[in-house]
Amino acid sequence: MSSQHPEQQAEQAADRVPAPRDADPRELPVARRGMFGARTTGDTSGYGGLVVHKPPKASSPRPYGGPEGAAESGVFDEVADELERVLPEFGDAIERVVVHRGEITFHVRREHLVEVARKLRDEPHLRFELCSGVSGVHYPDEPGEELHAVYHLLSITHNRRIRLEVSCPDADPHIPSIVSVYPTNDWHERETWDFFGIVFDGHPALTRIEMPDDWVGHPQRKDYPLGGIPVEYRGAEIPPPDERRSYV
Amino acid sequence: MSPSTKYTEYDAYAAEEAAEGRVFDVGGQDWDQVVAAAEDLGDERLVVNMGPQHPSTHGVLRLILTLDGETVTECRVGIGYLHTGIEKNMEFRTWTQGTTFCTRMDYLAPIFNETAYCLGVEKLLGITDQIPERAQIIRVMMMELNRISSHLVAIATFGLELGATTVMLNGFIEREYTLDLFEEITGLRMNMAYVRPGGVAQDLPSGALSKIRDYLDRMPKRIQALRKLMDANPVYLARTKDVAYLDLTGCMAMGITGPVLRATGLPWDLRKSQPYCGYETYDFEVATETSADVYGRYLVRMKEMEESLKIVEQCVERLQSVKGPVMIEDKKIGWPAQLAIGADGMGNSPRHIAHIMGTSMEALIHHFKLVTEGFRVPAGQAYTTVESPRGELGVHVVSDGGTRPYRVHFRDPSFTNLQATPAMAEGGMIADVIAAVASIDPVMGGVDR
Amino acid sequence: MGLEEKLPSGFLLTTVEQVAGWARKSSVWPATFGLACCAIEMMATGDPRHDFSRWGMERASATPRQADLMIVAGRVSQKMAPVLRQIYDQMTEPKWVIAMGVCASSGGMFNNYAIVQGVDHIVPVDIYLPGCPPRPEMLLDAILKLHDKIQNTKLGPQRAKQIAELEEAKRRQLPLLGQGTV
Repeated sequence: MSSQHPEQQAEQAADRVPAPRDADPRELPVARRGMFGARTTGDTSGYGGLVVHKPPKASSPRPYGGPEGAAESGVFDEVADELERVLPEFGDAIERVVVHRGEITFHVRREHLVEVARKLRDEPHLRFELCSGVSGVHYPDEPGEELHAVYHLLSITHNRRIRLEVSCPDADPHIPSIVSVYPTNDWHERETWDFFGIVFDGHPALTRIEMPDDWVGHPQRKDYPLGGIPVEYRGAEIPPPDERRSYV
Repeated sequence: MSPSTKYTEYDAYAAEEAAEGRVFDVGGQDWDQVVAAAEDLGDERLVVNMGPQHPSTHGVLRLILTLDGETVTECRVGIGYLHTGIEKNMEFRTWTQGTTFCTRMDYLAPIFNETAYCLGVEKLLGITDQIPERAQIIRVMMMELNRISSHLVAIATFGLELGATTVMLNGFIEREYTLDLFEEITGLRMNMAYVRPGGVAQDLPSGALSKIRDYLDRMPKRIQALRKLMDANPVYLARTKDVAYLDLTGCMAMGITGPVLRATGLPWDLRKSQPYCGYETYDFEVATETSADVYGRYLVRMKEMEESLKIVEQCVERLQSVKGPVMIEDKKIGWPAQLAIGADGMGNSPRHIAHIMGTSMEALIHHFKLVTEGFRVPAGQAYTTVESPRGELGVHVVSDGGTRPYRVHFRDPSFTNLQATPAMAEGGMIADVIAAVASIDPVMGGVDR
Repeated sequence: MGLEEKLPSGFLLTTVEQVAGWARKSSVWPATFGLACCAIEMMATGDPRHDFSRWGMERASATPRQADLMIVAGRVSQKMAPVLRQIYDQMTEPKWVIAMGVCASSGGMFNNYAIVQGVDHIVPVDIYLPGCPPRPEMLLDAILKLHDKIQNTKLGPQRAKQIAELEEAKRRQLPLLGQGTV
């Protein structure tokens, strides 16, 4: 390190400092450090100080296209236009729209979720009758929106799928329940509460569903260990999978 | 101690009393009072716990039934007795190893779990259209064979739960013949981990096609025999007709898919409406019934088995002419080894071992990297679905760009469909609860994951 | 020499222990206790191809109170563990346990927060059956091995002695590897 030019050192030091967070603290979490993912001394490539940030979270540009591609406007644009038409507070409610791998994601602000879901279900040109449940995802690296609830909606009438994504901070893990719109989410929301600790306000009976009632913690969060035991095999001991040396 | 003093001690009881009517606090000495008071009220509410260990709950399912006589007035479902943490476990394994875990979720439909997961990974990798045709045909064939075996177990256990051992024995022996094919092709009867991201683990062994053809000759007659046994059997009809009715509106609200939905008359089958693995090129029909009861669901399952046989037949035809690899050409993703059967079981083929150990250092490094570290999947999320024997099996795959899944969530049809149990059972007889649960055909491994 | 010399032909001599063992093993009633994938293979063991009614086992006991064999078929979750123990306690003596499959035997591939790492943490296990899931033939083999065990079970004080002997043998058993180094 000492053989390096002072300017280079300063640059590297600047790289190690987390990205400045002035306007939006959620900007640019770190995607990767180092070259090969090694956290210990294993990386001898000289890229140990490399910090790759996640790309900024931006909306996809129009046209959104459809499941087969975004070259020209397609069904995703139809859904977005229709939703914009029937939802007066569309600009407020929908944070971003992301189209990736032929799937469209509406990032919905949590306070507008129930209204958005109701419109999506009831408007004749939307008609997303079937909700495929909610899937929780925990991003501990994204301050202010650690917990995500992801809903997949299916319209049998129009044969389309869209995805809604709602986030909430870990400090205030509340998301309104959409059981009143999609009764099928009853168990799914209980499961997401059980595994991630997201409180679905307005759920008729938000209790644990998979784990025993007296269980402590929410086991599928990233800060909850996998919880295995070391396995002894013919005198040698193997740690559980989450404590092994790994590439990630 | 009089009851009134007790109530003041426990405020919660007082509140409960206000909400739900009189609460009896049985201390032991006051049993006569309690009985007398219950007689005055005139209700004979009985709360029965069924499961999680019960011969007719279809796995470790717990039902808490409130009975008035033999009529179920309230039904609550308790699950979680088989929660395995598979989704969390997958986060600590490579993308390829993930198939080994997810295959054990819905253990009656392992191939569907694997395929749904692999389709998700392939979508994130952007290689959906690079999967070799032969691999796709094999996937379809395996899925349809699996659908048959799964429906056979559904019907067999249904019979067993209603007390008909003949049905069970007949169903299971046919399943054995289906499993023989699985064993021939994948090496395992269940939990095969055969479908992998990029294709399938290995090509069909020689002679497999002729075995499948024998199976195709035999099976229609056997399904016919099952139909003869049950379709018009008066005892069977009495237990299934107009039992556990759930119409289309109810199905939509509850998110029900699969045979239960199709028994209401809606021909919603993802194989037709949102085809994957090339299902659009096969000729088959979507089975529907309009009775929306247990019998209708049974008929849908029978019909689906017959349609599946048709698809398998077309697959066999295609597999004769379509040759080629069964794993994606891209060596950065495709599993490097070709498996072969040795004296001590299945493993890497001797040719591959000779290649990496003897002739090519680069191949050895590549093999080592791909097997231990795995491939990286671009960051993003994808949701893929397949029509499993029980309905829409959805997989939500999230990647952070690493060699392991960041999060995998399975939307298992059994989990969602089981929510309909109260809707089907309440107001009916207690014996019909069994029929209702069995007609949903939940697999607890899939429910609890 | 003894009494047996003077017996007329057609008589068979045995011990009470052997008779009791023979009676017990000839018709073991398993509790229907299916948990996961292995339960399907356990049911398949009852199908016409494998047919465990050949050993008088087709009468799967719906109530644990009339069962004497518990086949723990599948992964035991933390939530199921107390239920399993209660069912075991409800079974009448003598009773035996087969841990079917690796999950029941050791937790198997599910080394995580949800699964009990081997059902022997909860109930005593007589036979450990590996496989994921074991084939029906393997289950039959385990059942036959259990029959052997039942047949040779002693009674009364002899039983206590037998247990002590087995215990001692286990205690003296050395790990297979690392004997030289430790």
